[in-house]
Amino acid sequence: MKLRVQNGRLIDPSQNLDAVVDLFVEDQKIVAIGEAPAGFEDAEVVDATGKWVLPGLVDLAVSLREPGQTQKGSIASEGRAAVSGGVTTLVCPPDTKPIVDTPAVAALIQDKADEAGMANVFPIGALTQGLEGEQLSNMVALTEAGCVAVSNGRHEMKSAKVLSRALEYAATHDLLVVFHPEDKSLSDGGCAHEGLYSTMHGLAGIPDTAETVALMRDLLLVEKTGVRAHFARLSCAKSVEMLADAKAAGLDVTADVALHNILLSDDVLNQFDGRFHVLPPLRGEGDRLTLIEGIKQGVISAICSDHQPHEKMAKIAPFAATEPGMANVEILLPLAMTLLDEGDLDFSTLLTCLTSGPAACFGLEAGSLAVGSFADFILFDSTSRWHWRYENRKTKGHNSPYFEDEFIGQVTATYISGQRIYQRS
Amino acid sequence: MMRSEPRALQLNDDGQLKHFLTLDGLDKTILTEILDRADSFLTMGEQSVKKVPLLRGRTVVNLFFENSTRTRTTFELAAKRLSADVINLNIETSATSKGESLLDTLQNLQAMQSDMFVVRHSDSGAAHFIAEHCTPNVAIINAGDGRHAHPTQAMLDMLTIRRHKGQFEGLKVAIVGDILHSRVARSQLQALTTLGVDEVRLVGPKTLVPSFFSEMGAKICHDLEAGLKDVDVVVMLRLQKERMKGALLPSESEFYRLYGLTEESLSWAKPDAIVMHPGPINRGVEISSEVADGDHSVILNQVTNGIAVRMAVMSMAMSGQLQKAETDQGSEGEK
Repeated sequence: MKLRVQNGRLIDPSQNLDAVVDLFVEDQKIVAIGEAPAGFEDAEVVDATGKWVLPGLVDLAVSLREPGQTQKGSIASEGRAAVSGGVTTLVCPPDTKPIVDTPAVAALIQDKADEAGMANVFPIGALTQGLEGEQLSNMVALTEAGCVAVSNGRHEMKSAKVLSRALEYAATHDLLVVFHPEDKSLSDGGCAHEGLYSTMHGLAGIPDTAETVALMRDLLLVEKTGVRAHFARLSCAKSVEMLADAKAAGLDVTADVALHNILLSDDVLNQFDGRFHVLPPLRGEGDRLTLIEGIKQGVISAICSDHQPHEKMAKIAPFAATEPGMANVEILLPLAMTLLDEGDLDFSTLLTCLTSGPAACFGLEAGSLAVGSFADFILFDSTSRWHWRYENRKTKGHNSPYFEDEFIGQVTATYISGQRIYQRS
Repeated sequence: MMRSEPRALQLNDDGQLKHFLTLDGLDKTILTEILDRADSFLTMGEQSVKKVPLLRGRTVVNLFFENSTRTRTTFELAAKRLSADVINLNIETSATSKGESLLDTLQNLQAMQSDMFVVRHSDSGAAHFIAEHCTPNVAIINAGDGRHAHPTQAMLDMLTIRRHKGQFEGLKVAIVGDILHSRVARSQLQALTTLGVDEVRLVGPKTLVPSFFSEMGAKICHDLEAGLKDVDVVVMLRLQKERMKGALLPSESEFYRLYGLTEESLSWAKPDAIVMHPGPINRGVEISSEVADGDHSVILNQVTNGIAVRMAVMSMAMSGQLQKAETDQGSEGEK
């Protein structure tokens, strides 16, 4: 099948491209940009006049909730939400029920994703069996079954010794380990950033040391074992400094941040609104600004939605009793673009962190429109003003503070391997 | 990006109380109105007929998710003196322990068509949550939510201070002990700041007095002598035994030695200083018996004042609700 994407403004930071040119697709891949290759005939034409043509987004954190929690979401529903938000490749965490600690569960998720025909789905396998932090999982088998990395998520390791051995074992087989740095003894019982607002409202605090103490330990063990490491969902200013220092000292590690942690700070906690209950928590304004600075300096190279859909009741309770998380994958790009209004980030950096940046963190073949890449791309109407209506949402989740908000810019079509998977109705 | 503007959840369109959830956002005029009204109920309490018909025909439900005999009793007495019918529900031992959600419990109670919920709950923000999810025209009175607020306790403390000191201007107040876990201290700090005292000092070790309180207008002292020097009012807070388990303090005896109120430490305050405590007191843990029962102590006055303040707040919130209901009906009638 051949495709000619015509007259769109092609923006691809991975090849420093921003120009109104045509894009040519054949056999699922991009075969040319600008001039049609010799013998390229009988192509289907996609008219992208007035639209932006962007690489499909790569999201490192989308909880699909399947298997096991289909009251919150399913592979089909969250896959649909993802592609309507322009996400063509997503990575999902191992904390399903059952947990992704056997090849069968990893295969099940990918089979269901293929069946649903939505985004490319890459599971993360559990680092330890049952995420219990005690016994190593069959990491190699998990990788062979399609897991792109292993992680213990936010679940505690029983000891630094188990962690150290898990890392050594992963390093033996050159596996990527994803860290969510958190010292549970320091965050225990907390539901909000330890600071003025949690103090004022009597919400049990999570100090930034809950993240930094664990991060320091993790960095030292990564250095010792030489394992490939990615640090997920950083939330504190100090973490950015520590990671920058580690990189400067030659440690080859990557990091991402959840979009809400760079959009919001803890001053939104004023009315005990459980929609803002997330983990790691929304931190202080200084933390938020330093995270953005970390993106500009390349210390953080990916921004993810950290999509965590919940049923309605999960958020209808007093703040601390609500379940943490937001479900924002389907507004990822326009929501991220609201950051541009602050003037701190430019669009190219932002788009990199949503495409080739995260792809590089996990070594995924995605996030670029370079010739030879899979033809995963989106059409984006940058001037469209629209409201994200609760009743029109694609996700099964009920939990976002952004329902009914107006956004500028909307994904109008999503293509994966040259196939149109989504078209705005 | 600031998304949720603080909503004036507890005020009606005319700026009158319709719930009483927190002192945050209430101005000096409203706080003074509460105190003035409570003062008038106090003189009434001294008469032989103690009842007024302000809440006649109304049903007040005491909804206690956390046990507290003292607070519940004074709320019950206050409601009865306003001629309301009172139901006490100790939810801690009933429905929610069977896994019923807070919302389900509420919906059941609403179906019983009561007019006012007096709520105590262990989660900060629980009273806000209930006010947001209740049918309109039910007044919510916060009787303590987690570590967040205990506004009626703070207002009865303000009434006690005003009756002893006459005014708030120029006063120095020390609050001593476990500030971190105290909803009383948080509400007191807001009340004292709004009513215009000279200085509020929070006294205790760093484990119990987080530095963030200084951004809320308090002065933080880790030394009791410096904290009590020349103050007009000393508020001692109850120290829970579980604080020792949480590694916040080494022992009760060391706490008493460093932060306990004794006749010696009280001598650092002004000669006419008053001593308050929200109760129940731990003798020999935060306060000595001599001081608790001494001339400076106004702890029992606080209890008497508590009934008057609760009557004031309940009657104000009920009339704020009724006014709203009349307006609603009026506008419906015009349509």
